Amino acid sequence: MPDTAVIAPEAVQTAQWTKKDLLGLRELSADEIRLLLATAESFREISLRPIKKVPALRGKTVVNLFFEPSTRTRTSFELAAKRLSADILNIAASTSSMTKGETILDTIKNLEALKVDIIVIRHAAAGVPQMIARHARASVINAGDGAHEHPTQALLDLLTIQEKKGRIEGLQVTILGDLAHSRVARSNIWGLTKLGAPVTVCGPPTLMPAQMEQLGVTVTFDVNEAIRHADVLMLLRIQHERQEVTLVPSLREYRLRYGIDRDRLKFAKPDVLIMHPGPINRGVEIDSSVADGPHSVILDQVTNGVAVRMAALYLVAGASNGGGAADE
Amino acid sequence: MAGERPMSKPLLIVGGTVVDPAAKRDGRFDVLIEDGLIADVHPSLKALDGVDVIDAKGKLVLPGFVDLHVHFRQPGREDKETIETGSQAAARGGFTAVCPMPNTDPVVDHGGAVEWVTHEARRVGLVDVHPIGALTKGQHGQELTDFGELFDAGCAALSDDGKPLINPLLMRRALEYSKVFGRPVIQHAEDPSLSAGGVIHEGVVSTTLGLRGIPAESEATIVARDLALVALTGGWLHVAHVSCAESVELIRHAKRQGAHVTCEVTPHHLALTHEAVEGFRTEAKVNPPLRGDDDRLALIEGLKDGTIDCIATDHAPHTDWEKDADFDTAPFGISGLETAFGVCVTTLIEAGHLSWGQLVQSLSINPSRIAGINGHGLVKGQPANLTLVDPKATWIVDPKQFVSKGTNTPFAGARLSGRVVKTIRQGTVIG
Repeated sequence: MPDTAVIAPEAVQTAQWTKKDLLGLRELSADEIRLLLATAESFREISLRPIKKVPALRGKTVVNLFFEPSTRTRTSFELAAKRLSADILNIAASTSSMTKGETILDTIKNLEALKVDIIVIRHAAAGVPQMIARHARASVINAGDGAHEHPTQALLDLLTIQEKKGRIEGLQVTILGDLAHSRVARSNIWGLTKLGAPVTVCGPPTLMPAQMEQLGVTVTFDVNEAIRHADVLMLLRIQHERQEVTLVPSLREYRLRYGIDRDRLKFAKPDVLIMHPGPINRGVEIDSSVADGPHSVILDQVTNGVAVRMAALYLVAGASNGGGAADE
Repeated sequence: MAGERPMSKPLLIVGGTVVDPAAKRDGRFDVLIEDGLIADVHPSLKALDGVDVIDAKGKLVLPGFVDLHVHFRQPGREDKETIETGSQAAARGGFTAVCPMPNTDPVVDHGGAVEWVTHEARRVGLVDVHPIGALTKGQHGQELTDFGELFDAGCAALSDDGKPLINPLLMRRALEYSKVFGRPVIQHAEDPSLSAGGVIHEGVVSTTLGLRGIPAESEATIVARDLALVALTGGWLHVAHVSCAESVELIRHAKRQGAHVTCEVTPHHLALTHEAVEGFRTEAKVNPPLRGDDDRLALIEGLKDGTIDCIATDHAPHTDWEKDADFDTAPFGISGLETAFGVCVTTLIEAGHLSWGQLVQSLSINPSRIAGINGHGLVKGQPANLTLVDPKATWIVDPKQFVSKGTNTPFAGARLSGRVVKTIRQGTVIG
């Protein structure tokens, strides 16, 4: 099969994608999410080839602008861009002029002056990608903003569920852990509920945000109950680097009450999928026996991450091409 | 603090409808102004030679608005606002008197600083400026300021606004000691340990956007404590910018018990909810935060039944570049003087919550009493401070047209009803 078939697969009609940016799953329709997943599915095969490269984004410049440390997401975006033949620039906060007192918008204006096409941004403050998208002509992809959204992570989770279970609609999904600080949880809640999968969230009450049920999920503090009916169990990282001491008494207490080990997994369905956005805290929210066990799809998630990010880059590049032509 | 009276031509305002509940007037009256004072209020006055005439047909003639809570940023942050631009914004908004808060740099915590502010305000010569002095030195919450010196220098009240006074013993002493002066202690009610890191009301919007919430209880717990201290001391507490239903209920209960407590609400808390923050709109980032609709309705109810005494803007101008930051970093505050009246008419009068008499009570009569301004109202012999408004005019808020340096408003593009036509202070048209 020639490369061109992969660049524009028949199943994927890029014309349906009209957004300049990918900021979150909350503002996407179910069809737009399905389009992203279908595009990612068609790109997955590229990473299995001996020569893992297609010319889809040749001549495009992508900037990875990371104001927060990240290995997984940053390298995943970098590989995705490279496999689509885009030029990619990595900027980490510690080396940027942000540390010299430049505002974020000043940084963006300078990047725009360098004529970049796509800005992939991660920032510790919620809303930064939205702010940048309002000011920038370049496309903006949110690679995680504070506790707000991490759309490509949720998309790779959805892709993994679809791959392993053959469907998403109707599956019972439980998200367990630190909901308060989790952008992954929020993006997954929007994505799963839009695609028809009922979501239960569970964690210590101190890590449960206010009025969570208004997001269309079931809230429970009973771990065994939360596990029992789950087809998919998503564990969240206990982000002790972000937390003040008052939220959970200790990591030991968390492990004993909410950690998933082989004993607790006995309450789960025999074909439950165990997912985790990483990096995992072995022995806190997840025991090694579970992380490395037969239910775990944690590494499949990582593999799917590249395909999802190729899809995101490809679709926003297509949309901004159209927009740019209209401007001129 | 009337200052020197300008010698100007007599002024006759004809054909307007006077609404002044303090003088028990609500109807067609002409108003004659001579030497900066109200010379006559009568159903029909003739214009004599040498008298300037203002045709107020179809307009309301109201006693000048008084704002108990503004931030003029001077000295220290003249890039955000000055006493001059703040006074211009006040005049444009229908205010004839304002009370600037002391959280400037340096803090207004001694007599000399108060005198500097009033001197600059007189030089500008637009609105009457009645400064609020700091409660504690440097607003550090450690040591009380010299209350007597501050009041002698002309302070209307004392407050550490911007910060709460947390130490309960100091708050007790402040309420006790201020009794000598018959002036209120103004509290910015917020428990900083409950609100730490918060940037938005704690609720479904904070959860959706992943922003740290500020629970209503961070305000209500301090209000409850302060009311207990009012009962203990008999002092006068004024609660700034009440934002939630719990605080309204606590104050209502305390007033029934006879406590000496007054309070204010801002136009933005009456008009908007936390949903205004959607899209990470930093222009709606304000402290206390915009809360839920139940809170908003409780504030309106409190204004209707007299639990809430007055409307104050908490005018908090900021530069564009500071507000154009991420939501966590952007400063709290709304530039409110130039939209206050329109927002109030649209939210309170048009929606049928308040009568014009009640609105005048909230924007003019009650705040003038709390600020200790003598002789406020459209009564013969009083200073001629009045505001002409067109109750029917509709307009669209364009921050580019503001005279305030602060264009930070969540009302940009909003269609408002009710517009200030003229502001007159001591017989002179100032806005």
